[in-house]
Amino acid sequence: MSGDGSLEWLRREGRIVVVGASLAGLRAAETLREKGFAGSLTMIGDEPYEPYDRPPLSKQVLLGVATADGTALPRRRALDATWRLGVAATGLDMAAGRVRLADGDEVPYDRLLIATGVRARPWPRPEEAELDGVFVLRTRDDSTALARRLAEGPKRVFVIGAGFTGSEIASACRERGLAVTVAERAAAPLVGALGGVVGAVAAELQREHGVDLRCGVMVTALEGDAAGRVRAAHLSDGATIETDVVVVSLGATRNTEWLAGSGLGAGPRGIACDAGCRAFDIRGIVTDDIYVAGDVARSPHPLFGYQFLSLEHWGNAVSQAEIAAHNMLSESADRIPHMWVPAFWSSQFGVNIKSVGVPSMGTEIVVAQGSLTDRRFVGVYGYQGRVIGAVAFDHARWLPFYQELIETTAPFPPPFPMVDRRPDGQRPMDADFPDPSVPTHGPTVTLSGYSPADRRMTFTPAH
Amino acid sequence: MRLVVDLNRCQGYAQCAFLAPEVFAMHGEEALLYHPQADEAHREKLAQAAAACPVQAILVDAVDAPAEAVSDER
Repeated sequence: MSGDGSLEWLRREGRIVVVGASLAGLRAAETLREKGFAGSLTMIGDEPYEPYDRPPLSKQVLLGVATADGTALPRRRALDATWRLGVAATGLDMAAGRVRLADGDEVPYDRLLIATGVRARPWPRPEEAELDGVFVLRTRDDSTALARRLAEGPKRVFVIGAGFTGSEIASACRERGLAVTVAERAAAPLVGALGGVVGAVAAELQREHGVDLRCGVMVTALEGDAAGRVRAAHLSDGATIETDVVVVSLGATRNTEWLAGSGLGAGPRGIACDAGCRAFDIRGIVTDDIYVAGDVARSPHPLFGYQFLSLEHWGNAVSQAEIAAHNMLSESADRIPHMWVPAFWSSQFGVNIKSVGVPSMGTEIVVAQGSLTDRRFVGVYGYQGRVIGAVAFDHARWLPFYQELIETTAPFPPPFPMVDRRPDGQRPMDADFPDPSVPTHGPTVTLSGYSPADRRMTFTPAH
Repeated sequence: MRLVVDLNRCQGYAQCAFLAPEVFAMHGEEALLYHPQADEAHREKLAQAAAACPVQAILVDAVDAPAEAVSDER
């Protein structure tokens, strides 16, 4: 492509199509225009709404301080795009360079960005999932419906799954004075992402705030009344929870089904792409005209043994989208890799939880600052003698420091004399991540793929 | 006005909660809770809060009206 003017042509009058009109799609489109792309830009989204922000849906909206229709994302610039909203992409013809839409239309492209994200994993039994009062939480419509039901003052809310979303929902319900039961298959909340040591702190937090937390149990059935409203949940330990609102919070499923048969390397784990966001086809050959960004992408990260990381993180969507957009308009020598250090936040039960790196890769944890019993601490995760991740409970300002340790592959346990450290954290301990062969809704970071130095199998829950 | 705060970047300095309390509030000791859609009446305060943020985590709409937002033309 170099030097033949094709890139100049693309920038001047090419056609770029973005499938997925959420955070990653919007930021990529803005970046394309910022970088001087003057051709035609088409934004395709299955939801009928302009791009909106999802984190408030489980926080501000459920607390009643914002409405789900008021979380539209601010714009960095005008896009001059053609918007095809409320119509899903249903197919891709790579040879012809066309995206098929649910309404039968076909949209041709010179460059394609796929940012179709994930959707909430539904309750596996459809007849139970359809009961009135059973919700998932991922979209604006989900949040509107759940917030409306919470405002009616249900007698008890039952949350299935104590990952970040489930825990935030439970927190918002308690803040509104609603009775809440949380059922979690693992031994504690958040264990998939943060391990059992930190999970135990999360469990205490929940119980202290009045959550009826049941760990180590599975939900065996949801029961409806004659009118089709949910009335109870049955647990594997024999307990029955009477409830009128059930929130299924079992993680997410990647939106890749529309690519089946297209020849693109897309599947339940996402779409594999290189560090420059270019998608692989199923032969393992990287494409030149199809890029991927956001939750649906899976790309190798040099800092983490070139493992293919799928990150359902807000910051990852922004960063990867900007890099994909840059690379779309660049000669190969000018392309840049997506080397964003994973980071996320959660706010629950009055505590600000933030993380950097990949804690779920860690085997050991040391409490480097603060103490677990105070619920104010920094936990540092170690993997094969290096610092691989960190989590802070109400200690966020220290995280940039630990991010630098991760970026420089600093030794674990960290050798510096730690300030503000209490006796309970001085020795590294087993971080206590669950056995990956036991089914779970999974952490928000999944590791897969293979690198020359470290080849491993990872369990992928069926869905 | 639409706004979003990059909460990876936010370090809880609370300057925004001081300058535009109608839009930003601290929730617990260091978590920030904000209104994703600010009232037009708070435009000036919001601009001040965004400018004062020590880590520049607040992004406010650069485009006034969502005029182009939703269309279904072919």
